Amino acid sequence: MTTTLGAYDDVLDRYAPVLGLETHVELGTATKLFCGCSTAFGAPPNTQVCPTCLGLPGSLPVTNEAAIEFTVKIGLALHCEIATWCRFARKNYFYPDMPKDYQVSQYDEPLCTDGYLDVVVGGEAFRVEIERVHLEEDTGKSLHVGGATGRIHGATHSLVDYNRAGIPLVEIVTRPVQGTGHKAAEVARAYVTELRDVLRDLGVSDVRMEQGSLRCDVNLSLMPAGATQLGTRTETKNVNSLRSVERAVRHEVERQGARLDAGERVVQETRHFHEDSGTTSPGRSKEEAQDYRYFPEPDLVPLAPARELVEGLRATLPEPPSVRRAAFAEVNGFTAIDLEQMVNAGVLDLVGETIAAGASPTKSKGWWLGYLVGRANELDVEVSELAITVAQVARISELEDSGELTNKLARQVADAVIAGEGDVDAVIESHGWKVAGEDELIVAVDAALAAQPDIAAKIRDGNQGAVGPIVGAVMKATGGAADATRARELILERAS
Amino acid sequence: MTPELTRLTAVETAAKIAAREVTAVEVAQAHLDRIAEVNGTLNAFLHIDTDGALTQAKRVDAGEVEGPLAGVPLALKDVIVTRNVPTTAGSKILEGWIPPYDATIVERMRDAGIVVLGKTNMDEFAMGSSTEHSAYGAAHNPWDLERTPGGSGGGSSAAVAGFLAPLGIGTDTGGSIRQPAAVTGTVGTKPTYGGVSRYGLIAFSSSLDQAGPCARTVLDAALLHAVIAGHDPRDSTSIDADVPPVVDAARDGDVSGMRVGVVKEFAGEGYQDGVTVRFEEAVATLAGLGADVVEVSCPHFDYALAAYYLIAPSEASSNLARYDAMRYGLRVGDDGDASAEEVMAATRAAGFGAEVKRRIMLGTYALSAGYYDAYYGQAQKVRTLITRDFENAFTTVDVLVSPTTPTTAFKLGERVDDPLAMYLADLCTIPSNLYGGPAMSVPCGLSDDGLPVGFQVMAPVLADDRLYRVGAALERATGSDRLLEQVTNL
Amino acid sequence: MSDSELDAMAGQLDVILSAVGRVQQVAAADIPPTSHAVPLTNVFRPDTAAAGLSAEEALAAAPAAEQDRFRVPRILDDE
Repeated sequence: MTTTLGAYDDVLDRYAPVLGLETHVELGTATKLFCGCSTAFGAPPNTQVCPTCLGLPGSLPVTNEAAIEFTVKIGLALHCEIATWCRFARKNYFYPDMPKDYQVSQYDEPLCTDGYLDVVVGGEAFRVEIERVHLEEDTGKSLHVGGATGRIHGATHSLVDYNRAGIPLVEIVTRPVQGTGHKAAEVARAYVTELRDVLRDLGVSDVRMEQGSLRCDVNLSLMPAGATQLGTRTETKNVNSLRSVERAVRHEVERQGARLDAGERVVQETRHFHEDSGTTSPGRSKEEAQDYRYFPEPDLVPLAPARELVEGLRATLPEPPSVRRAAFAEVNGFTAIDLEQMVNAGVLDLVGETIAAGASPTKSKGWWLGYLVGRANELDVEVSELAITVAQVARISELEDSGELTNKLARQVADAVIAGEGDVDAVIESHGWKVAGEDELIVAVDAALAAQPDIAAKIRDGNQGAVGPIVGAVMKATGGAADATRARELILERAS
Repeated sequence: MTPELTRLTAVETAAKIAAREVTAVEVAQAHLDRIAEVNGTLNAFLHIDTDGALTQAKRVDAGEVEGPLAGVPLALKDVIVTRNVPTTAGSKILEGWIPPYDATIVERMRDAGIVVLGKTNMDEFAMGSSTEHSAYGAAHNPWDLERTPGGSGGGSSAAVAGFLAPLGIGTDTGGSIRQPAAVTGTVGTKPTYGGVSRYGLIAFSSSLDQAGPCARTVLDAALLHAVIAGHDPRDSTSIDADVPPVVDAARDGDVSGMRVGVVKEFAGEGYQDGVTVRFEEAVATLAGLGADVVEVSCPHFDYALAAYYLIAPSEASSNLARYDAMRYGLRVGDDGDASAEEVMAATRAAGFGAEVKRRIMLGTYALSAGYYDAYYGQAQKVRTLITRDFENAFTTVDVLVSPTTPTTAFKLGERVDDPLAMYLADLCTIPSNLYGGPAMSVPCGLSDDGLPVGFQVMAPVLADDRLYRVGAALERATGSDRLLEQVTNL
Repeated sequence: MSDSELDAMAGQLDVILSAVGRVQQVAAADIPPTSHAVPLTNVFRPDTAAAGLSAEEALAAAPAAEQDRFRVPRILDDE
């Protein structure tokens, strides 16, 4: 089935988007939520399991105190109310990677409620309201065998590893976010970025989306501009990178917009996001909602976080990322716009580290925001996953400052490093990339002027605007190794 | 071997072993021989752990473990998880499962030198009052082999009453220790909820389940109670408090000045005459021993059975979801083409018996959206009212008493196709499970049909010692610890 | 379940439901529900590792295992 898409901005001229984000965060506790098994990532299969997290008959859960404290800290950092009394509940459904065939979660009594997180997009502030923050256990991991690589579709059987089963998972649910207009996709991305930074600063999770310790479900609906009745929403599951969050919103806006324009209705359903195509496809329909038969978990006693504990944890909270960033901008002379761009592109830390590695703030920002983010997009990876270190970026920037590399050469060097050709100096050496010398440059300038005598004549007549094409020809002749400023001077000198 | 060894109480057995009059191995072997002789008739044991029993007995003889019950054999209900020893909970779905861990109470009994002989028969997942819902056939009552030894813990009660073991472990969700004790003329206690660890007890209804002792005397039960009770950090619902002084209370047995409340609601229609007569005599006996007896009304007890048959199946429907053929136990229909969902459904259809299916369906219904408030939610409110009835009563009396069960042992086959009639066996025992307080059944003689009658004592949360005080007083006055001498048909 | 088994059970469930439905006769609108027999709160364990099972022990009871994982039949695709 082909999906007709409307253009994103065109759709949002006519429809108001309503966003909702559900984020799952694996907590960085040493042990699982209800047993003493390790949570370390990457252990051999089924080596971090015990009767409790395997759901063996007779086993019982006991809550990890650190998981409760981490969750309360998250709630406090998101300006939430912390429950004075609440319970875990069982969410009942069958799935082979869920050992007990119920998930211990929280239902109508979450630990934290009613908070918010502020983000800035295009100089405009958006307050994303947090409905709830609750704690639950993760499931095991299935490997699907026999179908297309790793896909559940067409598999003949599956292999389950329960190392992940029982790792504490915090779910952070927003209220419907309205009023974002054309910025919906960017607001979604900015929210997840900001949330990730808050969580990292709290030290409660390693927030690595590529390892699944931060996972996102994106809800989206459209309503005709000016309407007050919310439209039918879809829930796109497991959107696992910042870029994907933005792309998933864009795709759903375009897809839903096209359906509504065609007079069709949007089906309430879960959808799957496909990293390769940036599209979503339908999953389970939510219109016959599964009945999870929630009831209070009788094996665990209620939680009643003492107010002294809550206030004690509040006192340990680090300053919010916004305050830390403002100080960073101040020191490095960045404007508010610079800061927002770097934050939303996910390069603020990289820029800071590049400055620390010796590059100037302007160059550091320029490299990441002006070049490497684009390269990451072309290569379809997160910018933080580009195969270039901040030290390498700083070294390239240094060679550029000293005149040993032109800007064009410097970018070629960066590309070669990213392509895995080697370290900065080795790449320059092997390609013989260096700025063209004076003699070489004079030869190239004379040849270019001789090849285009009519332009040379214009220059002689004082037409400075005619210099451009000759500079281009010189750059071409030297393979980009010419210093453009010096080439310009020589052209003016030798043409007369 | 000395056949008389099997007729001794736990206290007598431990004393003889401690005095080196007999070895623990000899005691274990005598019981293993007895099991070999009569288990075919009683079907009390599902699995006999000869090697494990003799190994533990040797440890006792070598002086590696000591204690008031060192070397005493025990019949363990098959709902308690035992490392490297098959554990089925009476179900086909767990046939052949060899657990990789021990229940907390199994560790505690091993440390106390108790010798576990094997695993006893029970209604599947402890759902039943007769053992007829066992996937491995019913157990039989030593008093009359055509009758039930009660349920769900009928295997343990039959083993204790039939002199296959002086001690047993049962679990009690709605009466599964006390009702079998009543119909076999033995002593059985459901401790305070949270008093004994549930870690390793295969869950039927988590907020009601509690393991406890079965024995032929009140003091034996108290000694076993003291071994298994106490805080366990592996069970979140375990109470971190001192174990009530149950052994002292059983030794003392003085009820003078105790205020005893007779539950008004548990009498009249449906109560067998022979039961009522023996019960009233026992009450009079307590009065004669100096207790102040009054009648107490607990109006919401009339709704306890209904609330229980909503709460327990609801929790069970969730607790039993894990038997899905993926990680352990039975797997049916895995032909390489069937999906996980299909294999799970086929396995559960083949692996669960009718009563388990009935209760899963009932519980699934009671928890479902749209019915939750009217059924499960309302049952939990009734649970609160029943707890308040207890708390109100305990402002004026120290213990409540009633018959344990309205009738003596019924015939196998009599109620198996009539679930509601079967459920009535637990009418008097259920309130204590809903409240969480301790309760005991102690024999109070034989009915005119020649079968034992059970006397139930109920106490406030963490006042388990009061059960033993009353039980011991009654036992001494009536000689009920000698009742089982009349069991001679095996 | 077979049809006859289902029929028998449906009838029994009706009878049982009407019996347990008695709870609805109790006026309890303002009564709080009880989910736990004994009112404990805040029972925790410290965040320290405890010994678990080896992969061999974990998989010993598995109906089928492969590559140190539990082998399960194909999972229905919800796409």
